[in-house]
Amino acid sequence: MGIRRKTYLEAAMDKGYSRRDFMKLGAMMTAFMGLESSMIGQVTKAMEKATRIPIIWLHGQECTCCSESFIRSSHPLVADILLDLVSLDYTETLMAPSGYQAEKSLHDTMTNFHGKYLLCVEGSIPTKEEGVYCCIGGKTFESIVEEAAEGAKAIVAWGSCASNGCVQSAKPNPTGATPIHEIIKGKPIINVPGCPPIAEVMAGVVVHLLTFDRIPELDRLHRPKAFYSRRVHDTCYRRPNYDAGLFVESFDDENAKKGYCLYKMGCKGPVTYNACGVIRWNNGVSFPIQSGHPCIGCSEENFWDNGGFYKRLPNFPGFGIESNAYKVGLGLGIATGVGVAAHAVVTNIRKRKLIADGECEQTNVES
Amino acid sequence: MYKYARIEKTLMHPKYVWQLPVRFYHWINALVVVILGVTGFIIGNPPGITTVSEASLGYWFGTVRFIHFVAAYVFFFNFLFRLYWGFVGNKFAKWKNFIPYTKAHWVDMWDVLKVDIFQVECSKNPNLGHNALASFTYFLTFIVFLLQTLTGFGIYAAMSPSWFPQLFAWIPSVLGGDIATRQIHHILMWFFVLFAIVHVYLVFYHDYIEKNGVTSSMIGGWKFQDKDKVEREKD
Ligand code: SF4
Ligand code: SF4
Repeated sequence: MGIRRKTYLEAAMDKGYSRRDFMKLGAMMTAFMGLESSMIGQVTKAMEKATRIPIIWLHGQECTCCSESFIRSSHPLVADILLDLVSLDYTETLMAPSGYQAEKSLHDTMTNFHGKYLLCVEGSIPTKEEGVYCCIGGKTFESIVEEAAEGAKAIVAWGSCASNGCVQSAKPNPTGATPIHEIIKGKPIINVPGCPPIAEVMAGVVVHLLTFDRIPELDRLHRPKAFYSRRVHDTCYRRPNYDAGLFVESFDDENAKKGYCLYKMGCKGPVTYNACGVIRWNNGVSFPIQSGHPCIGCSEENFWDNGGFYKRLPNFPGFGIESNAYKVGLGLGIATGVGVAAHAVVTNIRKRKLIADGECEQTNVES
Repeated sequence: MYKYARIEKTLMHPKYVWQLPVRFYHWINALVVVILGVTGFIIGNPPGITTVSEASLGYWFGTVRFIHFVAAYVFFFNFLFRLYWGFVGNKFAKWKNFIPYTKAHWVDMWDVLKVDIFQVECSKNPNLGHNALASFTYFLTFIVFLLQTLTGFGIYAAMSPSWFPQLFAWIPSVLGGDIATRQIHHILMWFFVLFAIVHVYLVFYHDYIEKNGVTSSMIGGWKFQDKDKVEREKD
C-alpha cells in the first residue's frame, strides 16, 4: 500500500518521449477505441493524470502469439507505454526477474494492489488430470488464475485461447483446455479473441480501461463492441466483388489475380467478428484477405473444429472427412426419391382392387 | 366399366375442409420455400458466373441474397399467421390436430402407417382433414420452420441493424457462433427438400387411392367423402 506509481505521462517522459509523442498516442488511441475526435482531450488528459494501473499478465496454455502481436503495435509508444506504462508487474515472457523474485513480485502486486490491479490472461486453462498439463512454479495454472483473479479489478482474456479455447481445445481436447470465463465467475471479464488479436485492439482495450476506469461496452460474448461488432465481411474491401458475384475459383486462376472475393475459397469473413478489415495488421499494412488468403475465422469459437479453412461448409459430423451438409442431404434426397418410387410400385400391386373398384381388400403380391 | 364402379356404389359428398386463409397460407408457403431453397443453394455455393469484369458493374449475387431475405420475411409472417389460424380456424385447421397429446392420435398414426405406408391393412375410415400421421409430420415441420427462422434471422442479424432481426441476434452466441448456426441452417434446409418429395408424392397417392379430390382441395377447399360414411357419422 501507499506506493506511489507514476502517471502515464511521467513514465513516457522518463522514457525520453516528448509531450508531442504523447499527444499523438492519445489521438491514436481515441481513434482505435472508435471514439469521436472531440474525445482526444479527455483520453489524453486521463492518460496524463492517471497513475499506472498495476497489471498481472499470466501465460497459460498458449503460444505467446498474443504477446508477440502486442509488442508489435504500430505506435512505438504503445508497446513502450502500455507494456511498461501499464507497468507489467508480472509477465513470464517479458519481465526481468525470474524464479523466486518473479513469484515474489507477483505476490507483492497481488497483496499491495488488492482489488486494483488488472489481470490479463493469455492462454487457456487445462482442467483434465487436475490441471497438470500446465504448471508454473509448482502450481497448476488453474489455481494461479483463481488466486490472481480473486483480487483483480477486471480480467482481460487475451486471444482465442483464453476467450474460447483455440487450438488446444479442438477435438478431442486432450488436456481439457477451458477458456477463462468458464472458470472464473463473478468478475468482469473482457474477451479479446483472435489468434492473435490485433495489437491495436489490445492496446485499445487497455487504454479504455485506464482512461475511463471502467470496462468497455461488451457484446454477448464479452467482446468489446468497438472492435468485434462487425464482421470481417462487412469491412472487407473485396465486398463489392462478393455482391457482384465475382469469385475466386482456385488460388491460381485469373480471378485470384484480379482480386475477386474469396468466398468460394472458404473465406470465413461472413461469419467472423473482428476488426481486421479496418485496422489491419502490422501497422495497417495488410490483412489475410488483402494478401489473397481467405479469412480462417480465428476469432470465432471452435474455428479449428468447424471444418477446413478452405471450405465454406463444415464437415457433417459422423459422415467422414469429405462429407458436408450438402452431400449428406443430397444422398438422403436420392434415397427418399427411390423410397417414394418403390412405394408407388407396391401401391399399384397391393391396392389394385381398391384403386380399380373401391373394394377394401388387400391384394397380396403372390395372388 | 371399373372407372364408374365406385361412383355407382357410393355417392360422393362434397365437404368444405380448407378455408381460404389456409389455402393462401399453403401456396404462399410453397412459393417462398421454393424461392428460399433455390436462392439458398445459390448463396451457399454460387455458380461461377462472370458476366462483368468490374465489381461496380454487377450486383447479381446481392440480388439473390436480397430475394432470399425478402422471402424469409414472408415465410416467417406467413408462418405466424398460420399459427394464429390454428386458434381461430375451423376444426381442420385447429392446433389440436397437430399435436399428438392423446392416445387416440397415436393409435390413428399407427393405423395410417399400417394402411398407407406398409400397406398391410386396408382403410376402414379415411380421414377428412389431415390424417393423424400427416398432422404429426406438420407439427414437426412447424418446429423446423421455427428453427429455420431462428437460425436464419440469427445469422442475418449481423447484416441488419433494424429491430426485427436484432431480436434474433442472441441466437448464434447460444449455438456456438455464426459458423455453427449457418451449418444448422444448411442441414435443416434438407428437411424441406425431403419433405417436398414425400409430400407431393403422398398427395398423388391419396388422390389416386382414395379418390377424394385431395389435390384440388388445396385450391378450391372441397374434399369428397362417401355419402354412406357421412350418413354413418350422423347417426
Ligand atoms: S490465442 Fe491462439 S493465438 Fe493467442 S497465444 Fe493462443 S494459440 Fe497463440
Ligand atoms: S473475401 Fe471474404 S470477407 Fe471479403 S467479401 Fe469475400 S467473403 Fe467477404
